[in-house]
Amino acid sequence: MNRKRNLQAFCFVIPAVLILGIFVYFPLVNNIIYSFQSFSLSSIIKEWVGLENYKALLSDKTIWICIKNNILYAIISIIIQVGFGLVLAAVLEDIAFRKFAPFLRSIYFIPTVISLTVICLLFEFVYNPQMGLLNSFLNAIGLDNLSQVWLGNKKTAMLSIIAVSQWQSIGYVTMLFIVAIQKIPKDLYEAAEVDGAGKIKRFFYITVPQVRQMFFVTMMLTVVGAFTVFNEPYILTGGGPGTATMVLSLYMYQTGFVKNNMGYASTIAMLIFVITAVLSSVQFLTYGTEKEER
Amino acid sequence: MKTKAGKKRRIIGFGEIIWMIILIILAILIVYPLFWILISSFKDYQGIYGDVWGLPKEWLFQNYVEAWNKGISQYFVNSLIVTIATVIGVVLISSFAAFGACQLKGKIGAIIFLFCMCGLLLSPQVCLLPLFMLLKTLGLKNTYWAMILPYIAFRLPLSIMLIRSFFVGISKELEEAATIDGASLFKIYRNIYLPLSKPIISTVIIMTAYYAWNEFVFATIFIDDSSLRTIPIGLMTFRDGLMTEWGVVLAGMVIACLPIMILFLLMQKNFIRGMAAGSVKG
Repeated sequence: MNRKRNLQAFCFVIPAVLILGIFVYFPLVNNIIYSFQSFSLSSIIKEWVGLENYKALLSDKTIWICIKNNILYAIISIIIQVGFGLVLAAVLEDIAFRKFAPFLRSIYFIPTVISLTVICLLFEFVYNPQMGLLNSFLNAIGLDNLSQVWLGNKKTAMLSIIAVSQWQSIGYVTMLFIVAIQKIPKDLYEAAEVDGAGKIKRFFYITVPQVRQMFFVTMMLTVVGAFTVFNEPYILTGGGPGTATMVLSLYMYQTGFVKNNMGYASTIAMLIFVITAVLSSVQFLTYGTEKEER
Repeated sequence: MKTKAGKKRRIIGFGEIIWMIILIILAILIVYPLFWILISSFKDYQGIYGDVWGLPKEWLFQNYVEAWNKGISQYFVNSLIVTIATVIGVVLISSFAAFGACQLKGKIGAIIFLFCMCGLLLSPQVCLLPLFMLLKTLGLKNTYWAMILPYIAFRLPLSIMLIRSFFVGISKELEEAATIDGASLFKIYRNIYLPLSKPIISTVIIMTAYYAWNEFVFATIFIDDSSLRTIPIGLMTFRDGLMTEWGVVLAGMVIACLPIMILFLLMQKNFIRGMAAGSVKG
């Protein structure tokens, strides 16, 4: 009876196991194998090259440009989304803004709901050198000398792309922090207030320690996001000018599908895999402990 | 009473005013560009180029008609097909798996659950090239399935996690009574578990719809045929094809946002709960 029931229960998990096996884990294993091979999209035989691709990876200058850009992406995202997002959440949860907070946080959240393609197309209009919103705003307030070809200038292109993500995701991270702050017991704040702690002190001594798990989760989220970013540079610059805005996943895509060097592209994918899997497992473990504590 | 009055006196100080200004500036920075899309979608090229900030002199509703007829309708239908198929697949398969993992006695349930959860560690980009080769071999490349199947696969881990954590909390009494009456597992799933978990299922539906509607990387690379493109990729084609007809492109952008925006406005609570529970970016 029990055995039969267990067998029945097993049938329920079969579809998920099959789909995950075929479309997630099998490709991952394949990717590991590909990274030791050399082949193009049309080749019938995949040539085994051993560690050649990995050696090439280490001496590839573009890879370092990508990593540098991805790291810049991560650092700015941590400062603006996680750092400023936390402060923003604390301010919105402050009693003084109680009336406007629900409205404001919904407003901040809207870009999260919009597809990245639409947002990227929007920012093409924002950054457009002739009629773009940014340049014409700078002209209007008399800062003409600051206006420039935002996406065409090597110095500003990467920062302009990073700005798009900040604009889109600040509301999302703030919302996550608001959810975390609302779980903090109110009497902690009341006790601190009785003791004469000001708002800034309360923020650092109560809010920050109490939301540390969410802090960690959002940190990992933004960093993993920064190391897998693809759409913004793909749509806005295609990695250019030169390789100024090249990032790992875009470089992988171009190596594989444009330069038709699938083996090496898989090696780049392995690099992304190692970075993101390590970060995600850290996030996953913290998320797990957070669940248990609750 | 006294403390309340004391609090009130101190509520609005200099710091609060500064913060209020910052909050309002931020709100304008976020809302204005979106508002700009909406306003400009009613303008023609001259109207946008000549007067970026102004209101349209003439409200060109035909931009929307033109966008719809020039291809958006096809992309919209494709997105609808792919999104609905993905949502159905994810809800069925993940609730099945969550139920099965709960019912399995002994270690095997935990092992299978762990197997599913490992998918959370994997970003889709890592599987991009081998998935492309696989879909080519299976002859699925350039079909709706090339989007639907990978979408389902990559949404399963999170959905299973969410649904399982809900299932675990369902009281076992009803189930035991049903078992004594000789109900099959499927009956228990359909008549007890599924009806009770409407809130979490709707969260999964929203999160999956949001993902499938907006997904970009897979849809760009696995689909060549213009008639199969979903809205995010279609918009790119649309922009390249229309060059200077900015008003029409902007109208297309508005149409692309509408379904998920409406979903968000209708089900804001579920949406935010799902996003917070998953803590996974779209």
